Amino acid sequence: MLTDILVTALVNASVYAMLAVGFSLIFGVARIINLAHTAFYMLAGYFIFSFTTVLGLGLLPAMLLSIALVVAIAVLSYRLFIDPMREHEAAVLIITVALAMVVQELMLIFYGGHFRSVPALVSGYVTVLGVRVSGQYVVTIGALVAILAVVWLALMRTRLGLAIRATAQDREIANVMGMDVSLISTITMAIASALAATAGALVAPLFVLEPRMWLYPLTIVLAIVVLGGIGSLKGSIIASAIIALSETLVTFLLPSGAFLKGAFSLGVMIAVLLIRPEGLFGVSFEGER
Amino acid sequence: MSLRRLYRRFTGEVLVLPGRTLVLAVCLALLVLPLFHRHPYTLRVLTLTFIFAIFAASWDLLSGFVGQLSLGHAIFFGVAAYTSALLNLRAGLPPLVTIPAGALVAVLMGLIVGIPCLRLKGQYLSLATMAFPIILTGLVFLFSGVTGGELGVSGLARLGPTRLSEYYIALVLVLGLGFIMWKITDSKVGLIFHAIREDEITARASGINTPLYKLLAFCLSGFFAGVSGGLYSHFMRVAGPSTLGVLTSFQPVIWTIFGGVASIYGAIVGTFVLYPLMEFLRVAPEFRTLIFAVLIVLVLRFMPEGLTPWFIDRVESECPRCKEHNAITRRTCRVCGTALGRPPASRAGLFQPGKGGRVAG
Repeated sequence: MLTDILVTALVNASVYAMLAVGFSLIFGVARIINLAHTAFYMLAGYFIFSFTTVLGLGLLPAMLLSIALVVAIAVLSYRLFIDPMREHEAAVLIITVALAMVVQELMLIFYGGHFRSVPALVSGYVTVLGVRVSGQYVVTIGALVAILAVVWLALMRTRLGLAIRATAQDREIANVMGMDVSLISTITMAIASALAATAGALVAPLFVLEPRMWLYPLTIVLAIVVLGGIGSLKGSIIASAIIALSETLVTFLLPSGAFLKGAFSLGVMIAVLLIRPEGLFGVSFEGER
Repeated sequence: MSLRRLYRRFTGEVLVLPGRTLVLAVCLALLVLPLFHRHPYTLRVLTLTFIFAIFAASWDLLSGFVGQLSLGHAIFFGVAAYTSALLNLRAGLPPLVTIPAGALVAVLMGLIVGIPCLRLKGQYLSLATMAFPIILTGLVFLFSGVTGGELGVSGLARLGPTRLSEYYIALVLVLGLGFIMWKITDSKVGLIFHAIREDEITARASGINTPLYKLLAFCLSGFFAGVSGGLYSHFMRVAGPSTLGVLTSFQPVIWTIFGGVASIYGAIVGTFVLYPLMEFLRVAPEFRTLIFAVLIVLVLRFMPEGLTPWFIDRVESECPRCKEHNAITRRTCRVCGTALGRPPASRAGLFQPGKGGRVAG
């Protein structure tokens, strides 16, 4: 039971962290709340399903192809629909919701409402610290953590990462300093959607695919970025761990836990917001126009 | 007020503007519609449109005017729906009592939501408001013995004895409550709301008790949303967890932004356009939501302020001096007499040489 809790919490935490970091990046750089973020996560899973079952590709090439495809779609929809509307925040919010609904409906039309599943990358069990754990879980957790580490290093150590962080801090001054802010926003969108797609690709064998699966992760990701502090990547990662752990504990330990896990996580979020309105590590956007 | 003054007022304030005349025409058309067309399906769709229009307008009051963008407005709708449903089913109270009772509970909910949200700003506030309906949904499922869980509370009394009476009840309420909400925004309180949205710090510095007015906005908005929730549960005769769902929260947002945010009539127009459209699209059931979503994306892409501002821009122009709206065909302002330039290229009527604008006074 303890291993179940730990493993589930770790998988959920890594997935949420991937999604939350991407979401935070888009918000930090482009200042938009992209409610279609988890829809891209779902899209990657469905593409893998198609590529493996219909086209008969191996799992790894299917994953890479679907990630590339989702990134292309995400960047395209950003340039066509979201970027031109940057000033109208309310309209952008609705457009991202509508985009997510379009994705959901297309999935419903093409794949039907039944649950789908994708074959696992590795089968069999591994013994870690004297406990049997499914090999797929270990691979998934390992891959997610590794990718997060790579992204973290890229953001902190490379020039592109510096440019992204600068644009997130102050878009106008970054522009004045000669950075192509529009290009950086597009690149950030690509990175963020790649993260979401990778998360979707890696957990597709673990979770079940259905056209509405993007709604719940969206609420959790929103709770996480608020809890961690909008615009803070460190906050997103730590908040993912907190929320995933509390969610798993509630599900396993309380009798009707499954109903309450969403409510509990959000309750935690509200409690923290009461004490610290900017979230745990949030940067306050006071006076920003 | 004498009849002549009433008539003078009518022609002077309503008929001068194409926008207002259109609204009046539509209201009259809706009032007499059942004389010509009494198909129960049409009446049902329209009644639901009216109920949801009240809901959307209440969202606009809170989010459009005070700037507290609420993404969890379903909390007011759902809590009132469940309250009126439970009062009706368990205590046998008639809709005339349960609906106001539900609205009052929603006002209480407005306080519960509003007080934590006083310290929050912008995106934090929106996302925090999203949490409340989800938490309540969890509780609804937890106490499914009382709330009926997934199936909800059913077997409620009807809103009115006939479909037609329900139509008129909803119509009168949407016109009446919509007018009241508009009057609120047009008053001193509305001005304060506006100020809080634009610059809360300056409003506080001017001596306005912003927390009080924010809570007032939450409670007023909760009241109107609660009325619509109670109406909904009695019209549908069932109150289920969908009334607290994320979709129920998002719909008034979509309708209002589509119709034009920060103007009560925008929310009502948006609902009147989008909700029947959703119903109409039932002819293509698999593609219904898809077409709807694509439509929203396209419209917002090209009319980012919403439908109503786009339309008003086409038929009315604003006087550069006194800011009063005039019909687009007018050459001079009806209030101050300044010359009106040809929109949209040159609106600076005062600065056009040779236009010969008469300056009042």
